[in-house]
Amino acid sequence: MNAENIIFYLLAAMTLVSGFMAVTSRLIFRSAIYLLFSLIGVAGLYFWMQYEFIAAVQIVVYVGGITVLIIFSIFLTQQAGEALPAAIFSNKLAAAMAAVFGLALLLLQFRNFPFLESTSVTSPAMKEIGSRMLDVEQTGYALPFELVSVLLLAAMIGCIVIAMRPQHEKENK
Amino acid sequence: MQPGLYHILCISAALFFIGAFGFLTRRNLITMLMGLELMLNSVNLNFIAFDKYVWPGKMDGLFFTLFIIAIAAAEAAVVIAIIINVYRSTHAIDVEQTKQLKH
Repeated sequence: MNAENIIFYLLAAMTLVSGFMAVTSRLIFRSAIYLLFSLIGVAGLYFWMQYEFIAAVQIVVYVGGITVLIIFSIFLTQQAGEALPAAIFSNKLAAAMAAVFGLALLLLQFRNFPFLESTSVTSPAMKEIGSRMLDVEQTGYALPFELVSVLLLAAMIGCIVIAMRPQHEKENK
Repeated sequence: MQPGLYHILCISAALFFIGAFGFLTRRNLITMLMGLELMLNSVNLNFIAFDKYVWPGKMDGLFFTLFIIAIAAAEAAVVIAIIINVYRSTHAIDVEQTKQLKH
């Protein structure tokens, strides 16, 4: 067992264990921190696969952006020190059964399905990603890129409108 | 055993069902959002694994992952704006108590 494999298994264990703690911890702030470590583990797996650009995007957007947003909303909406009420047992049982049977089904499929793994394993260079992203030819991704930019603008305006205090409330204060 | 496609698929399947478990058991909107984020991450991991091991050099999975990350960021921002608005009107973010749209 060489260092590469050991790092892979450590990253996998970190991702799964902290992901599980994130969905089961009763303290909401702690659960956000476990989510942070799980997302860092996924970024580590991208680094392990030598997809450095995706790993960097994962760290910037998820670890730096979404987790901070979640922590802010926790501070805005509740007492972070209080424990959440425990989940209803029948709900927990049903969800656990759905998760376990779904996972078993998928693992069985992975075991039996013959994936045609390629022999030449490469990872894309930064330059290729950039030129492919803004390519307007048949295989380029310029149109989805523009669509996503419009979507981000719409989401930004939508967030401001939703979170804005209505006019009559302001006048009452 | 050298980790490859099969191992990464197993990890992403496990992460997806951990997220689904959280989404189904939690009653708090923010913690439900956390489960959703885990599920989205497992999908990204799957796309990258197929991109690397099955169709190397084609980069389609990579672009899907990039766009999923961008859309997930927009979705998280909208969800949190809605959560803050719900909290402002009901002073709770429990899904059992948010039923104004029901009737």
